[in-house]
Amino acid sequence: MRPIDWLTQVLEVVAALAVAPLFQGWVSQCRAWLQNRRAPPLWQSYRGIRKLFHKDAVIATNASPLFRVAPYVVFATMLAAAAVIPSMGTRLPFSPAADAIALVGLFATARMFLALAAMDVGTPFGTLGARREMMVGFLAEPALLMVIFVAALTSSTTALPAIAERLATGPITLSPSLAFTGVAFTMVLLAENGRLPIDNPSTHLELTMIHEAMLLEYSARHLALMEFASALKLMNYACIGFALFVPWGTATGAEGPFALAAAIPALAAKLVVAGAALALIETASAKLRVFRAPEFLAAAFLFAVLGMLVHLLLGA
Amino acid sequence: MRCESNAHPDPRSPDIAAVTAALGTPLAQILALLCAWIAIGAVGLVRPASLKIAGRTLFPLGAVCGVAIAAIAAAHLAQPPERMELVIGLPALPMHLRLDALSATFLVLLGAASAGISLFGAGYFRVGQGTAPGLLCFEYHLFLASMGFVLLADDAYAFMVAWETMALSSYFLVTSQHRIGEIRRAGFLYLLMAHLGALAILLCFGVLQGGSWRFTFDAMRAAHLSAGWAAAAFLLALAGFGAKAGLVPLHVWLPEAHPAAPSPVSALMSGVMLKIAIYGMLRVAFDLLHGLPGWWGLVPVALGLFSALYGIVFAAAQTDMKRLLAYSSIENVGILFTGIGLAMVFHGAAMPAVAALALIAVLYHALNHAFMKSLLFLGTGSVLHSTGERNLGRLGGLIHRMPWVAWLTLVGVLAIAGLPPLNGFVSEWLLLQAFLHAHEVPYPFVDMLLPLGAGLVALVAALAGYVMVKFYGVVFLGQPRESTLATAHDAGRMERAGLAWLALGCVALGLLPATIVPALGQVASSLGVGALPAGGGSWWMLAPLGPRSISYAPPIFAGTVIAGVLLTVFAVRLTYRRPVRRAPPWTCGGDALTGRTQDTAEGFGQPIRHLFTPWFAMRRSLPTPFDTAPRYSVEIGDRIWRALYEPLAGWVDRGAEVCAVFQRGRISTYLLYALATLCLLLALVL
Amino acid sequence: MGQTPFVMQLLDSLAALLLLLSFAMLAQRRIATLVELFALQGGVLCAATLLLAWRTGDDNLLLSAALTLSVKVLALPWLLRRMIRRLGVYWDTDPLLNIPGTMLVGVLIVVFSFGLAQPISALASTATRSAIGIAVAVILLAFLTMITRRKAMSQVIGFLSMENGLFFGAMSATYGMPMVVELGVALDVLVAMLVLGVFFFQIREQFDSLDLDRLESHQGGR
Repeated sequence: MRPIDWLTQVLEVVAALAVAPLFQGWVSQCRAWLQNRRAPPLWQSYRGIRKLFHKDAVIATNASPLFRVAPYVVFATMLAAAAVIPSMGTRLPFSPAADAIALVGLFATARMFLALAAMDVGTPFGTLGARREMMVGFLAEPALLMVIFVAALTSSTTALPAIAERLATGPITLSPSLAFTGVAFTMVLLAENGRLPIDNPSTHLELTMIHEAMLLEYSARHLALMEFASALKLMNYACIGFALFVPWGTATGAEGPFALAAAIPALAAKLVVAGAALALIETASAKLRVFRAPEFLAAAFLFAVLGMLVHLLLGA
Repeated sequence: MRCESNAHPDPRSPDIAAVTAALGTPLAQILALLCAWIAIGAVGLVRPASLKIAGRTLFPLGAVCGVAIAAIAAAHLAQPPERMELVIGLPALPMHLRLDALSATFLVLLGAASAGISLFGAGYFRVGQGTAPGLLCFEYHLFLASMGFVLLADDAYAFMVAWETMALSSYFLVTSQHRIGEIRRAGFLYLLMAHLGALAILLCFGVLQGGSWRFTFDAMRAAHLSAGWAAAAFLLALAGFGAKAGLVPLHVWLPEAHPAAPSPVSALMSGVMLKIAIYGMLRVAFDLLHGLPGWWGLVPVALGLFSALYGIVFAAAQTDMKRLLAYSSIENVGILFTGIGLAMVFHGAAMPAVAALALIAVLYHALNHAFMKSLLFLGTGSVLHSTGERNLGRLGGLIHRMPWVAWLTLVGVLAIAGLPPLNGFVSEWLLLQAFLHAHEVPYPFVDMLLPLGAGLVALVAALAGYVMVKFYGVVFLGQPRESTLATAHDAGRMERAGLAWLALGCVALGLLPATIVPALGQVASSLGVGALPAGGGSWWMLAPLGPRSISYAPPIFAGTVIAGVLLTVFAVRLTYRRPVRRAPPWTCGGDALTGRTQDTAEGFGQPIRHLFTPWFAMRRSLPTPFDTAPRYSVEIGDRIWRALYEPLAGWVDRGAEVCAVFQRGRISTYLLYALATLCLLLALVL
Repeated sequence: MGQTPFVMQLLDSLAALLLLLSFAMLAQRRIATLVELFALQGGVLCAATLLLAWRTGDDNLLLSAALTLSVKVLALPWLLRRMIRRLGVYWDTDPLLNIPGTMLVGVLIVVFSFGLAQPISALASTATRSAIGIAVAVILLAFLTMITRRKAMSQVIGFLSMENGLFFGAMSATYGMPMVVELGVALDVLVAMLVLGVFFFQIREQFDSLDLDRLESHQGGR
């Protein structure tokens, strides 16, 4: 391990921490523009988190320690995921610790803790949200895994850095299987992050929400951590997408500090474009009924499977 | 007793030398420990009603024996196989025993998992209206010992004797509450399926001897079977061991018998006995049977994937916590059979490294499941003891009343949901990595169909997470659904120790795969399936397919997450010091929250019932809007039971009625039959 | 694995798009959207033909691209749209098999046809050999579309989509059928469409419905 790799590692985690709320803010700003509304300032998410950190924490009388531990666990898993995903460089010291499958497992851990914490107090909304979140989760996970499988087939490894490196250094080809899996991944991203066709991040209408329903009992710093974690999750998903489909610009292999210096603006540019695209998708789609969510995610799974089959047939 | 290996001649006294030499080998030590189990059980018979002797002394002793067996077997993993002949039983038909890497692996499983269960059992069994504790102790330890003998057996005779002893002793354990009719029925169904399975296994051995008419496993290894006979033997083994393991459609006894048995017995059956069936399948498929084309592995893959999905979907719809866990066992057995089939396919396709990977995934998952499922069954046992409830609809909020059980069970729940860095994830990871190479098999169609199995495995794993959130959330979290739950008490010291042992096993198996996987690799290479490439990883890094390939480092992984938690806590504490205030939860403007305002187990299973409607034979009764005390009830039936077993039972009944014509119940009629038979035989012989 | 030329990559992508459209048609319950998907499939087919014509320099292919454009993208969808409006059938609800089930069967069909095409692809020498599997899959998926639908209208669209698959298969295997055959087929399809249109009106007059289930009770002699 060279010192530059460690520097990349530290930089990545710090960047994820610093930029994740900004990215969320950027998406909501784009959404506001697209919907002809006055946009909230970019740093609105920071303000929200800061405000929450200054409030008194109130928790339910019958909340167990699990309820209080969960925000820290969820936040830490998201942070660990950020450390593993190659968003700036592919030679991360931490990345051999977890491949893409372990990353999926990491997200599943966070989801499980979130759902268990939501069930802890025993309010109807908490359990409802937990149930729906787990439903979306068990439908999205196979699709996500198939996406990773297709990417892994091309490079015969499930290590994200290797996948990104292979795609970034290889010749640019038009690959229908990657296009299919890209669509599948986008659909999974929307579902897993509580974005529009599945869940509406900006609503508090009880009967339709999923993610917010699980957080109803949280307040102050616990809520701040949960919100921060969900911003990190969105950012992490975006970075996984970059690594799988558009790794160009990431510092690969044995390149020096210049590559790293170039990787930072590249990542920023990708995030800007991805955020705008996300806002566009969300604006163009309407919320699905909860029981249409399986169809949506089945379509994502189908896309991924078709991607795999086409890859096996065409070899591209 | 004759021992063939490591016999050191001692000049002083040949008898003592023989005994010490015999006891010096691991096989003899394990044999002695198995006999010690039987002896422990026999001591229990001396004073059957005494809980003090059975519970406080004998069960912990049994646990010590278990640990010893596991330790000896673990040390023997890398050694060459060792044989022994026991001159007991029928004359001129000695029992052959053999200890090799495969049986050693399962002995580790048996010893280590049963140690935790025995510890728990020490505090669990009570004097009740069922079987006396001393008798229970005997049956329990006989069950343990017979499983050990199954693993050591090296001829069909010894295997079947041990196998039947295992079935019978577990039958008596299942029916320990024999005054309840439902339990008697469950026990009978179990016995029936066990014997059908045993019949299939017997026939399988009959085919495997291949015309030599010698029933030692060595003779079977040497036998040359034609492809047709090999397929027949394989299918018989699949039916026999599948029936014991609970492979769909032979699973029907499992959701009946497991809830009926006392919890430690359920844990033992689900955690260990099902693995003995897996051992039998592995023994036949990879050791005894030769000449079977690799694509036959697709049969267990298909059956296994179906079982896995079927089991987990039904688990999601259950409202009885032990029945839920029993269905989850069917799921895990399905995953195990998928891995077995995958290993066979790869083995047949001459892909040794990947075949070894799949086989290791099977062994690892067997170990994992032994620990986590036992842990969960014991957790339900504690809940059952302190609340008297098995129905999820009458539990809830137990994390406040039973913190030890709740937190230790949480480990099992997270593990079985396949979450890193616990153990369930490791075997899932290994299996998925094996699936990643499924497109390289040289069979048309299969190379495209098999990778889709990975998606199914992922779906099953994710559904397991769903089921486990339901299980844990409804039992331990939320508000108590019955007022009686307020008196629930935590588990006793022995029970806690048992739970903690198993939870520790889950954590250890999760954090140290890099040490365990090469050890299990010994099994794969000793069976000639293949070997993993050397030089991948270190003690903290698992890289089964060599360096610069796939890797997973659970200690670092866990360390990162834990460090993240600690850093976050530290950072929050540093910037923010306000106290936490407690307040009643928000009730949406309504009355105070009660246990009835939260989601029920039925409600939590509703999305699954909705998505998989055609799978269930469902009977529902919905309350009308005018009910003063509305009750919602839903009954989930098994379609396979109705479509397959009920007609079968009908035919058997009709056949029995036909036979009943001959059974008049009059002595003179029977004597007439005897006379007729005698005359017929005399006419034939003379 | 050598680098395939960009045109071929584009062609492969178009083939994959064709497959995707077949799946979309399999899942679609609205007949109007079904027609649009069919038109889109024709458009992709036309683009693929043009691409192949440009690569091989075969003028016949240019002609057949024009034919595809005029018949499958413009004429037939126009006819179909008009028919939908006149007949008032907009939905083909409750298909014989539910959508996820159909999708599952569809995936199995794709696996089957890809597996079938692998040895053929290995033998074929044309540049587009990998597309044969997709052509077979498109044909079989169209078959499946026809099987699972109740309305005569969507069955006809399935039939037309099957013809798309056939055309694509012929094109990728042998750079197109002889011009005479192609013209004949195009004409056949058009005429068939017209005749079927007449049939639809007759069926509806007779039974007040386009559900084919109604016809089953009128099998001859029963």
